[in-house]
Amino acid sequence: MTERTSFDSHRPPSRELLDDCVHCGFCLPTCPTYVINGEEMDSPRGRIYLMDLAERGEIPLDRTMSAHIDSCLGCLACVPACPSGVRYDLLIEAVRPQIERHVPRTRIDRLVRRAVFAVFPHPARLRVAAVAGLLYRRLGLAASLRRLGVVRRLPAQVRAAEELLPPVRFRSLFGRMDAVVPAVGERRMRVALLEGCAQRVLFGDVNAATARVLAAEGCEVVVPREQQCCGALSMHAGREDEAARRARRLIDTFERHEVDAVVVNVAGCGSSMKEYGELLRDDPAYADRAARFAASVRDVSEVLAQLPPRAERHRIDARIAYHDACHLGNAQGIRQQPRDLLRSVPGVEVTDIPEASICCGSAGIYNLVQPDAAEELGRRKAAAIESTAPDVVATANAGCLLQVRRFLTTDVTLVHPIQVVDAAIRGVPLGEERR
Amino acid sequence: MVIFRIVEMTSRAVGTSWPAELAAVLGPDSVITDPARLRTYECDGLTGYRVVPAAVALPRSTEEVAAAVGVCARHGISFVARGAGTGLSGGALPVADGIVISLQRLRRILHVDPVNLRAVVEPGVTNLDISRAAASHGLYYAPDPSSQQVCTIGGNVAENSGGAHCLKYGFTVNHVLAAEVVLADGTVTTLGGQSQHLPGFDLLGAFVGSEGTLGIVTQVTVRLLAKPAQVRTMVADFATVAAAGDAVTAIVAAGIVPAAVEMLDNLAIQAVGASTRSVYTADTAAALVVELDGPPDDVAELFDDVQRICRDQGSTKIMVAADAEERALIWQGRKAAFAAVGRISPNYFVQDGVVPRGRLAEVLGRIAAMADEAGIRVANVFHAGDGNLHPLVLYSEADGEHDRAERLSTEIAELCVELGGSLSGEHGIGADKACSMPRMFGEDDLATMLRLREAFDPAGLCNPGKVFPTPRLCGERPGPYRPHPLETAGVIERL
Repeated sequence: MTERTSFDSHRPPSRELLDDCVHCGFCLPTCPTYVINGEEMDSPRGRIYLMDLAERGEIPLDRTMSAHIDSCLGCLACVPACPSGVRYDLLIEAVRPQIERHVPRTRIDRLVRRAVFAVFPHPARLRVAAVAGLLYRRLGLAASLRRLGVVRRLPAQVRAAEELLPPVRFRSLFGRMDAVVPAVGERRMRVALLEGCAQRVLFGDVNAATARVLAAEGCEVVVPREQQCCGALSMHAGREDEAARRARRLIDTFERHEVDAVVVNVAGCGSSMKEYGELLRDDPAYADRAARFAASVRDVSEVLAQLPPRAERHRIDARIAYHDACHLGNAQGIRQQPRDLLRSVPGVEVTDIPEASICCGSAGIYNLVQPDAAEELGRRKAAAIESTAPDVVATANAGCLLQVRRFLTTDVTLVHPIQVVDAAIRGVPLGEERR
Repeated sequence: MVIFRIVEMTSRAVGTSWPAELAAVLGPDSVITDPARLRTYECDGLTGYRVVPAAVALPRSTEEVAAAVGVCARHGISFVARGAGTGLSGGALPVADGIVISLQRLRRILHVDPVNLRAVVEPGVTNLDISRAAASHGLYYAPDPSSQQVCTIGGNVAENSGGAHCLKYGFTVNHVLAAEVVLADGTVTTLGGQSQHLPGFDLLGAFVGSEGTLGIVTQVTVRLLAKPAQVRTMVADFATVAAAGDAVTAIVAAGIVPAAVEMLDNLAIQAVGASTRSVYTADTAAALVVELDGPPDDVAELFDDVQRICRDQGSTKIMVAADAEERALIWQGRKAAFAAVGRISPNYFVQDGVVPRGRLAEVLGRIAAMADEAGIRVANVFHAGDGNLHPLVLYSEADGEHDRAERLSTEIAELCVELGGSLSGEHGIGADKACSMPRMFGEDDLATMLRLREAFDPAGLCNPGKVFPTPRLCGERPGPYRPHPLETAGVIERL
């Protein structure tokens, strides 16, 4: 081991993991940034090369290095594509905190990140921001500011945030879930549901649908009241301490409930929670508990895949384009279950999207901090989706829903897969299931 | 000595204003000169050779490629074209003080012509994307290197790439109808044409497989084929590698031309088994993948014949792919095998030699004996049907096995030549095997090749130092990157 490494000693990427890369390039066509700009440094192979050089102390941790680490969406499409089994997921997660600690960010980048982390993980604050956003739209401010060209002159990051705000209703912003939703009929499982932070404010409908479907399929659903953000956004942005703090708190909260599984309906949260064991491995008080907790985490489609359908589904005639969220497909290997879930509804035709492995550009806070690349990827994804002429687009991640909605040009219903099943069980038309 | 002239040409002094000129013609976003970023271009799929270029240019069109080459020509700067950087012979290894011209921004499929069975594409399009674009017409592009999902058609043209199905369908050279190329002085010209047969010298034929030494291809017209009506695939296990080799000989001797015949030995199967949903038998000594395609009746009859021959040759188990998904799994395992070896060995060399098919069993036996003697493991996964071997010499750099492994690898390539075969079947000579060229070719042969090269590129700026032996290259011992003792001691550092 060289002593001249550019990384600090706190969990740097390991030499063994770096050595696994044989430089074959099979990752290149799966990498969104490489697909866009064709530059080696913005490919997984190139990024690993840079990490390797930094580990050997041959290049410093500076703005050049951070530019190419920051440009990575963390979509992990390269991981299943790698024949040598390189754990790019572990590598990038080890390097981001190093960048965060050692490379000063530009002023605007710092401000945007600070703002994002001051608002998104805090439902109360996000609710205030969302209300302000709704008023801004309802009062016609949005249209007039656009007309005046004010929006165009805003920094791209702010413009992105403005355009990402979904059409939520005041009522759903303030909706609350019951603490316990009893199983319908004989109980098959007892599960705890993660409400999510941005999820509960912007997609309360999805949470409600999730609880209803689980209950209809025989699950007693506990919704721990005091739960907070799971730390996924922090973890994906390299804010390791913050992520660890949030992970500990979430474990504390959920450990109070005796359940068979912790159920998540946001791909990004689920993938992070399944990695708690890794995140807290050096914390003696939490390492074992974190590993146990992580092992109990399930995406809602995984849980339902294990429960043969009991509740009757009414027919929904729709052609549904299913978009694999990166943190579900690539990070958790869950591709079949959501499709099977959709197909459990009579009349549903599930279609795959061309270029399915290329990320939509949402990627945690990526579309807020790297707006240009995110916009190009968003347009590309929307075009790919529309090429399949769907009636409905289904995807199991809050970020993807926001991002795809922003770039779709045609009038397509956008839902979480669980909402399709919920509508089918309740016999209501899809897209109008809100009460 | 004529063959050594190229080196003198490349060491010409580099002018000072060229980076600005390059940025002016391509735009600043398309020129990389930052030292850290340049490092990521210092090698291709063969990481043993590393040279940091002076700059990387990322043109977006033929005109921009021509303009970049024009700057090089005016300033006497060497340049190396690079596609996806998956080559295994160091063909895209940069030249010190030279420029790498990346073609990764020329990625458009310009035209698919289902009536005349052809497609016009830019060089940065991946091999597999051509077939994807043609699929809706029931067509595909036949040559299929194992890296086809990554490697680009420009690199395929440069290397005359092969692949599993080249046994029946031929190599890249048989599937390229025309190529627009930028010559070393910056002129743009088209080689070949729309018809299969053109009068005059076959300049396109010379260009395909020239490993980037004659110019840069900027547009390729490829032939498309109708997808075969039926494809059937089997995996036949054998108790010994020699028996599998004999089975290959017997199949071809029976007059059957399979679409592909591939062999994996036990070590290769272990590697594949560790990485994908493997359909291969974990403990078999060797497996043959045999694929037949064509009209259903012919395929059915010949498929039975092949199974009978395999059984006659002592096959211990035959698995027939039940559907397209199982066939895909067989190929997925085979095509990812090289990289999968990374899971069973920290380091390895990929060899690429050819032997006459009838001597397969013999050469495999001798390789095994040589490996035993050296105390080094050799995995075999290769295109058995055309005798194109890919021995993978496994070693551990950390355990000091490098030199022994490298010697063994070279001996295997030389054994192929000795048995009447070739140094390379499809990976090219590149930087890796340039020094071995005199083993296969006489001085007159090499001098003649150089005269052709000089007719295209009199100043020797186009990918110098590749294919032909040079004193600098062959005087030094090539091999993977090893830190200089002074570097390890922290006295000097490498940029």
